[in-house]
Amino acid sequence: MAQHQVRYLQDGGLPVLLTTADKILQWGRSNSLWALTYGLACCAIEMMASGASRYDFDRFGTIFRASPRQADLMIVAGTLTKKHAEFIRRLYDQMAEPKWVISMGSCANTGGMFNTYATVQGVDRVIPVDIYLPGCAPRPETLQYAVMMLQKQIRRESAFQKLKPKRLV
Amino acid sequence: MMRRYQEKGDVQKKAYYNDRFWVAPQIPKDPVESDEIFAKDLESLKSKFEIKEAYIQRGQMVVYIDPKDNRDVLKHLKEELAYNFLSELSAIDWLAQKGEFEIFYQMLSTSKRKRMRVKCFIKEKEAIESVCDIYKSADWAEREMYDMFGVIVNNHPYMKRILMPDDWQGHPLRKDYPLHGDEFAQWYEVDKIFGKEYRDIIGPENRDSAYVNERDTKHFARIRHEVRFGEEPSKEPTDLMKEYQEEGGVFLIKKFKKDKSITLKERK
Ligand code: SF4
Repeated sequence: MAQHQVRYLQDGGLPVLLTTADKILQWGRSNSLWALTYGLACCAIEMMASGASRYDFDRFGTIFRASPRQADLMIVAGTLTKKHAEFIRRLYDQMAEPKWVISMGSCANTGGMFNTYATVQGVDRVIPVDIYLPGCAPRPETLQYAVMMLQKQIRRESAFQKLKPKRLV
Repeated sequence: MMRRYQEKGDVQKKAYYNDRFWVAPQIPKDPVESDEIFAKDLESLKSKFEIKEAYIQRGQMVVYIDPKDNRDVLKHLKEELAYNFLSELSAIDWLAQKGEFEIFYQMLSTSKRKRMRVKCFIKEKEAIESVCDIYKSADWAEREMYDMFGVIVNNHPYMKRILMPDDWQGHPLRKDYPLHGDEFAQWYEVDKIFGKEYRDIIGPENRDSAYVNERDTKHFARIRHEVRFGEEPSKEPTDLMKEYQEEGGVFLIKKFKKDKSITLKERK
């Protein structure tokens, strides 16, 4: 009998992987970041390029969804006008928790070169932002890097924490 | 024609455009008689309407009419004189100088291969008749003129703002409208989404593009000193390039190793 003893816990024999609920949940979340298609201006072209075959966002599990109900991530790609501000807030509110926001490009960060009456001077005046991505327009690699940083941040968070109130509301 | 060069060393600190009402010198005007087709057209117009001034500039005829005649003149141009396109229509703000708007209608005749411009002056509070049953293209152009200048157009089928939101106040293309917006414009999205009481929480817009605050980690981290939201700013530079993934790696996810990467000599 001793001859055939299997030391399940030592030899990797047991077909079970031990981890914490936090880790597995956040691992899942971070690798299925479905993004809302939120192209507002020229940055959207780079966002689309990131989704297309050359850069291939699907590798990260990031698939663009056309409905806020199915999205975890909002990539604000482009210039947010004051007319549109109420709709971005509405769409953000419609996204299910947990949700994240990447502000892509100078326009979304600060209003960029549109220092005028009609442009919101940074989307963080309207919705809370997790990652600010500089550039005009940021290249697809930059956007992918931002998504990787966000994934890392998500993995670091606890899955069941009470949702921290972000800066607004 | 170029503007005089001005030193723009500390352009972030002061406005260097101090000639907001700079008016370009006029290019020379030719008499209408110098062009056969235009001379005929003007003759035809003059026989029916009061023409205040007419000349040719850059090969295009410009006629000034009485604003009350605008529909009849355009109808005449379309039906009798074969100007089949109204390519553009808008206003020019002369309120500071004359207290008037200049309305222009840019016309094109494809059969004659000629362009001409019909112009008239109206007072600030005066309205002008719509021409959009004569030329369909006037529909949105007139709405834009109302939106941007506040020129009211009578008998327009849908006199509403076209570019700015419906509840917007002010007309942005007037010369006295500030480029950064008046108070209403600056707080528009905050007032609309959160309500006026949130103005204090959110704060005024930062319109200074050179603004940097290293202590502020709620908006932008200093580059290569990134920390998490709201944490103390770090003094030590972070080496982010090695840091996109945790040290131990992530389950089922490959880690990019720089020393293992290959650079192709030529395209495959
Ligand atoms: S940041 Fe540049 S590329 Fe992006 S939307 Fe603004 S102007 Fe366009």
